[in-house]
Amino acid sequence: MSSNAITIPGGRVEGKPWVDTLHEWVATVDHKRLGMLYIVYAIVFLVLGGIEILIIRIQLMHSHNDFVSPQVFNRMFTMHGTTMIFFVAMPVLFGFVNYLVPLMIGARDMAFPRLNAFSFWLSAFGGLLLYFSFLGGSGLYGAGNAPDVGWWAYAPLTARAFSPGHSSDYWTLAVLVSGFGSIGTAINIIATILCLRCPGMKLSRMPLFVWLNLVMAGMVLIVITPLSAGQIMLLIDRYLGGHFFDAQAGGSAVLWMHFFWIFGHPEVYVLIIPCFAFMSEIIPVFSRKPIFGYPVMVAATICIGFVSLSVWAHHMFTVGMNSYANSFFAITTMAVGVPTGIKIFNWIGTMWGGRILFKTPMLFSIAFLFQFLLAGLTGIMLACVPFDWQLSLSYFVVAHFHYVIVGGILFALFGAFYYWYPKMTGRMLSERLGKWHFWLFLIGFHLTFDVMHIPGLLGMPRRIYTYEPGRGWDTLNLIVTIGAFIQAVAILVFVWNLVISYFKGAEAGNDPWDAWTLEWSASSPPLPYNFAKVPVVASRRPLWDLKHPEDPDSQYE
Amino acid sequence: MQLVTNRILRISLSSVAFLFCCMAAAAAADPSSISQTNIFAPQSTPAKSILHLSILVLTITGIIFVVVSTLLVYSMSKFRAKSASANSEPAQVYGSTQIELAWTIIPILIVVVLFVATARGIHEIQDAPIPASAVQVTVIGHQFWWEYRYPQLGVVTANELHIPVSDPAHPRPTFLQLLSADTDHSFWVPVLAGKTDLIPNHPNRMWMDPQHTGIFIGQCAQYCGTQHAKMLLSVSVDSPEDFAEWVREQQRPAIADERVAAGKRVFETTACINCHAISGTVANGRFGPDLTHLMSRTTIAAGAALNTPENLRLWIENPDAIKPSSLMPAMHLSKSDRDALVGYLETLR
Amino acid sequence: MTAAAITLPEQQPWTLPYRGKVAMACLIIAESAIFTIFVVAYLFYVGKSLTGPTPREVLETPIFFTICLLSSSLTIHFAGKFLEKGKRIAFLSLWSLTILLGGAFLFGTGQEWHRLIYERGLTISTNLFGTTYYSLVGLHAFHVTVGLIMLLIVAIFAFAGRVGTEHTRRVEVLSMYWHFVDAVWVVVFTVVYVLGR
Repeated sequence: MSSNAITIPGGRVEGKPWVDTLHEWVATVDHKRLGMLYIVYAIVFLVLGGIEILIIRIQLMHSHNDFVSPQVFNRMFTMHGTTMIFFVAMPVLFGFVNYLVPLMIGARDMAFPRLNAFSFWLSAFGGLLLYFSFLGGSGLYGAGNAPDVGWWAYAPLTARAFSPGHSSDYWTLAVLVSGFGSIGTAINIIATILCLRCPGMKLSRMPLFVWLNLVMAGMVLIVITPLSAGQIMLLIDRYLGGHFFDAQAGGSAVLWMHFFWIFGHPEVYVLIIPCFAFMSEIIPVFSRKPIFGYPVMVAATICIGFVSLSVWAHHMFTVGMNSYANSFFAITTMAVGVPTGIKIFNWIGTMWGGRILFKTPMLFSIAFLFQFLLAGLTGIMLACVPFDWQLSLSYFVVAHFHYVIVGGILFALFGAFYYWYPKMTGRMLSERLGKWHFWLFLIGFHLTFDVMHIPGLLGMPRRIYTYEPGRGWDTLNLIVTIGAFIQAVAILVFVWNLVISYFKGAEAGNDPWDAWTLEWSASSPPLPYNFAKVPVVASRRPLWDLKHPEDPDSQYE
Repeated sequence: MQLVTNRILRISLSSVAFLFCCMAAAAAADPSSISQTNIFAPQSTPAKSILHLSILVLTITGIIFVVVSTLLVYSMSKFRAKSASANSEPAQVYGSTQIELAWTIIPILIVVVLFVATARGIHEIQDAPIPASAVQVTVIGHQFWWEYRYPQLGVVTANELHIPVSDPAHPRPTFLQLLSADTDHSFWVPVLAGKTDLIPNHPNRMWMDPQHTGIFIGQCAQYCGTQHAKMLLSVSVDSPEDFAEWVREQQRPAIADERVAAGKRVFETTACINCHAISGTVANGRFGPDLTHLMSRTTIAAGAALNTPENLRLWIENPDAIKPSSLMPAMHLSKSDRDALVGYLETLR
Repeated sequence: MTAAAITLPEQQPWTLPYRGKVAMACLIIAESAIFTIFVVAYLFYVGKSLTGPTPREVLETPIFFTICLLSSSLTIHFAGKFLEKGKRIAFLSLWSLTILLGGAFLFGTGQEWHRLIYERGLTISTNLFGTTYYSLVGLHAFHVTVGLIMLLIVAIFAFAGRVGTEHTRRVEVLSMYWHFVDAVWVVVFTVVYVLGR
């Protein structure tokens, strides 16, 4: 059937003008196409954010370097952080969720396809707006170039007095607009999961992927809006003469911090929970066993969702809260580590007694487990408040959160790419290139981020465009930079794999991994309407039941 | 391929672990030789208290890491797919309540231990009372320099903090009140204490009681604008006699030397006095550092350059050459005026 | 491969919630979060203004217009009920009454702001009270406006005879939004005119 193949803009399809293809993609409301648009969009911004960090790393290669001016450097780290969180991580995860959730629950599309498209374009516009700031005008420092206030945009640095011109406004508006897109997607995800499950799929029979993303979407609803609120307040301060964060009028800079981190901390859980979802699908399949402790995994995730709403001020331990507040946030932060640890143990429990296949998705998953464990442990260190008084605002924290975001989220994402690319395109990604990608990236990652902890322990603060010689930071920074370039090469290998496999990859068939959830019963790529007949399920692993009719899961659940 | 992968994994893991042990051993041997800003080389009680807590935390997290990663490596190696079992699925185990309980309760206990130690540490440092013998300094953060006022001693200076050494038998700690004139800053001298932020309209407090004399360095740790990187900190811990001498010098008004009257006139009749103060003259500006005892400082521009006549001249003529986008404007003086001015500034000991 | 062809062991009808209601509930949750933040800012800054008029000096409790808005929740509720029963004229009358009451509320807000700005000199930039007051009440008024526009759109189609019993569920979804807007006003009213004084 000609509609089986998903065309790419500009790709050659017999007899179909490219304009028509382009129009199809731009006007699509199909969750699968929107999912791929999100993913491709994110990859483009990943490269842009990566260029920004390479500029930073070259500048920091040795002390008193002058590769870029301080103004450019400050824009680079602001744009890098903002890009990676809002225009790489959020879109790519929403892309995977958009693509997979309807397939996994046996639905034909998301609950609100047009809202889906609208949310995507809103978020996409946000990214373009942010990057337009580079062109928005050069001139006086801060007067119309890219934002340079850090991705947290702390008050009062963002006040008109300290950030004249429009650079901060680009940050505010771009993130505000894409935030609304995120809320639209979250509403869509929840409505889809609650209202479009196929017959027999009770909530307790949904794949963990679906459960975890339900929790994630719920968190997005509560968590993005505080940032939007803060940004509206900032705009009121900057343009209507408001005093929300105006110290001169009795306003509070700390209030911005609270509002930002009430968003900012749960946001990182919003980012990691879909990655937990990836792991919960991939690890069982490559261990040939069901996930260990499904109900506990669900409960732990819900627990994480709630507790993570109470930890935000651990980003503010140096701000001068009283000792009771500091202690409160210390205990909640440590507490959220308990359900998180439980999940790691459950994944190991899944591997235990299994028959582990070390294909590329599993390599990335195993690396995820090690790295997420380490990241969690450095997080516990940071939760110990007095220790945090040394570690906070230093490269130790930068190393910690990159361990989570790159070592955790990005590795899980790579696993997801290798696992679901066959479903999305009908072709397998090259295992050979995959292994090159994996090992290069692993080496580069550890070279950079293991070593990066040390300058932090040796007193190197973050967000500095240069540093003094003689503090013992020079060689360490050089090693960090070298690792960054190795990671860049690995990313190029990955992108090359994505492209070349599309044309030359082995045919995947419906179910290349011998997996058990509903998406593997659809064709690769799925038909536009996903399933000819709406499936009916009796257990958590409907395809296991089909393949093992003598021993179906429905007997044990 | 899988066997090779496994071996490579095992080798790389053990080599990384070995590397870390080497570095840790080297670091433990003499922490201060690695870096003057090493948080593991404390010189003052708050920093020492943090070190003790950190040892406990690192030990516990280290044990957790070893246990869990051993389990992970073991499971990878013991349960890898062998070709013999290519077509059969392993036993499908769905979970175990006892195991779940075990690995819930143990982490909770660990959390309790860590929390108790943390709460104690917080209280020890944050709620320490101010003894009568304490030296009190008000630190005001500016873009991009540090203002220091000693309210009980009538001293106003900038960028280089002097405090007395504290004898453990008769402690004489220094308490800093932290304020900000503009954006957020953070005071971080790692060997003396953890960092505390300077936030406008939100006074903070920290303290230190260094037990050895010397100069201890750090820098601003909260991004405050373009020159955040060059807002360096230098704390000179002096013996009681040296500290008293320093205070006396700082309390004196500016030296009035007739030979540099021309330079003084340049200072007093140009825009310098809008931002700077020199006690004993008409100059009373507070936007920039107090220059009364400029020559008592080893650096200018908050550590960005050494305090030499050439640098002073350059700073006045073209501050962007030293610290671009600092708030010091280029003064556009004629050469003779500038030389006279520098000559005058050179007398401000 | 065809999809899993397993029959349900339990032969029960498979019904899931209506997606419109679920989506509106989610939107309400998100909006509640944004209002919470503005309320927190308002409460945090109570009494902290350095200058200018205080709430006690300038605020007049808008009892009448509050009654208008809260009654509109009743009218919209019954409008929905009438639509369900197919009583179009009753639906249309109550729906229009809802719009009028909502419009009256907005008018009242406008009137109050005019008085505050021109007679009492309180603007958004006057002091912390001004900033937080206009932001919070303004955010609510914005949501009322959006709600009124949606209600008007439905009214237009209803007057053209295009709204019938089959649209009951959708109308209910819009009613949920309207009830939310009223509930927020109860909170804002309490915070601004009762607690904040």
